[in-house]
Amino acid sequence: MSAVLRKTAAKAPHPWLAASHESYSAVTAAVSDPILKRPAGTLWWIAFIIASLMVFATIVAIGVLFTKGVGVWGVNTTIVWGYAIASYVWWIAIGSGGTLISSMLLLTRQRWRAATNRFAETMTIFAVAISGLFPILHLGRPQYFYWLAPYPNTMLLWPQWRSALVWDFWAILSYLLFSVIFFYIGLLPDLATMRDRAGTTVGRVLYGIFALGWRGSARHWRTYETFHKTMAALAVPLVVSVHSIVGLDFAASLMPGWQESIFPPYFVVGALYSGFATVVVLSALLRWGMRLQALITINHFDAMAKILLMASIIMTFSYASEWFTAWYAGSDADRSLVRYFFTGYYAPLYWLLLLFNCTLPQAFWFRTVRRNVLGVVAICIFVDVGMWIERILIIWNTLSHDYAQSMWRHFHPTLSDWVLLFGPLGLFAFFFLCYVRVLPAVSMYETRKLCHDEGVA
Amino acid sequence: MTRKFAAEYEGVEALVAAAGQLRRDGHLLLDAFTPFPVARLDDILEVKPSKIRLVMLVAGLIMAAFAYGLQWYSSVVNYPLDVGGRPLNSWPVFMLVPFEVGVLAAVIAGLIAFLANCGLPALHHPIFDIIGFERASQDRFFLLVAASVADEQGNTLRHALEQAGAISVSEMWSA
Repeated sequence: MSAVLRKTAAKAPHPWLAASHESYSAVTAAVSDPILKRPAGTLWWIAFIIASLMVFATIVAIGVLFTKGVGVWGVNTTIVWGYAIASYVWWIAIGSGGTLISSMLLLTRQRWRAATNRFAETMTIFAVAISGLFPILHLGRPQYFYWLAPYPNTMLLWPQWRSALVWDFWAILSYLLFSVIFFYIGLLPDLATMRDRAGTTVGRVLYGIFALGWRGSARHWRTYETFHKTMAALAVPLVVSVHSIVGLDFAASLMPGWQESIFPPYFVVGALYSGFATVVVLSALLRWGMRLQALITINHFDAMAKILLMASIIMTFSYASEWFTAWYAGSDADRSLVRYFFTGYYAPLYWLLLLFNCTLPQAFWFRTVRRNVLGVVAICIFVDVGMWIERILIIWNTLSHDYAQSMWRHFHPTLSDWVLLFGPLGLFAFFFLCYVRVLPAVSMYETRKLCHDEGVA
Repeated sequence: MTRKFAAEYEGVEALVAAAGQLRRDGHLLLDAFTPFPVARLDDILEVKPSKIRLVMLVAGLIMAAFAYGLQWYSSVVNYPLDVGGRPLNSWPVFMLVPFEVGVLAAVIAGLIAFLANCGLPALHHPIFDIIGFERASQDRFFLLVAASVADEQGNTLRHALEQAGAISVSEMWSA
């Protein structure tokens, strides 16, 4: 039995499986053998070492930050938020995108989700965990972060429930724990498969413990599917609420450019946009690295590119609505801020943002672009960068150009800012590289079901 | 004590056909073990719909009510803080935390109910002793049937399972 599914050359009869006739065991082996049988390649080790170095740099930067305080960043008395908040929004958005892609596709019965949902959910856990770091880093006195929780204390104090920081605390906490359970339940049948295929005693014992004795009983499957679908149905409003809360962090203020009722939905779409873009990039990497061309097909990229195109149009509409309402409402502060977007200190970045988020993805109108993996990945990377620029500009533009001219200043990032911007990418890569060597990157039981439903196996 | 037999089948069609046949013949079908969910088995095996969602709903509502109550108690009764004349019971923003923790509580309750419903974790089960059962999580389909009291040695059932296309039939020894 070959470990790698042979991709059929020309016309594959099934859009979501590029293999004409494969057995359940071949599908299972294609996903599990890279973990159980094949050693990690040189490239994996090179990536792992680079990621480890970045993790080390992040830890050092956090150490310096905790010792010296937030003064090591470029934040000042006017621009009190900086990279940390932009990165917080960016990371939690990537997490939200992962949950949305997984749960919305489950609810709308998109069969092709089998190939992508697992690593979308994994991406969510790591991204949300990383995003949760940033508010704590930004607290100034991070050792007191637990003051956000209502617990009986000798100071007889309560959290301020009207504070956005408290909302964030509960949103991130609930969302992270939810994501872990959602991921684990999705993984459970596959852990049983890993237990049954593991060659070593250690592997059998460890996978066995986490598989909880799953035996694929018809009675268990029924409860399992009910629970899994219900969680997916809860995931959509949860993600929308979590990201709306992130939007409210800004919208509940009185600042020009932030106090906009469109912010919560605008943030949710932004989350979906950058999250999908990241899923596409990771799909391409996994497809190439784990040789999953037969399971992640060109049609998957085509479908995801269409969703990205739609999200891009809604993002463009959201930006335009900001300009329009500033002009239509007629407030000087708002109009002056929009002028500042296009002509001010950060204007080159704003033009870049419009290029990356609004213009480049229009290439997805063309089928040849959507079916070119490298092209789709390149645009998705631009979208991810563009979405980070969007978040930092939301902070910089408004804070640099608020009501009082005497307060207008600029932000100049420091070394610590840069390390804590790129370092967490290494942290994410580190987690993800460990994950692909330990857990199946594609849902095996759903792929087997897909093979059955499509009549392939 | 009746004997139980596990029969191994090659595919979904073979398993469903065999299960249907045995049921029509009056055998007591106990369970099936498959590498992915097979909805058609639910009717044949008389698997009842799970009540897990009710548990989740109740747990979620209780948690949400508790969270709202805590916010109300702390900001209206225990520590009233007048900020610019805003109402102490700021209900629009007090909805946010109850929603988040309510969903979380629903899912945690669902997880507990799911495990309790399935009798998991149970790292061992007599079915695991069947030779070749490790393929039930990969590419084989197993049917577990109890022999009738009259069929003391289980020979009739064994024959029926093989007739229905089983690759192999083995007896499951209960602990």
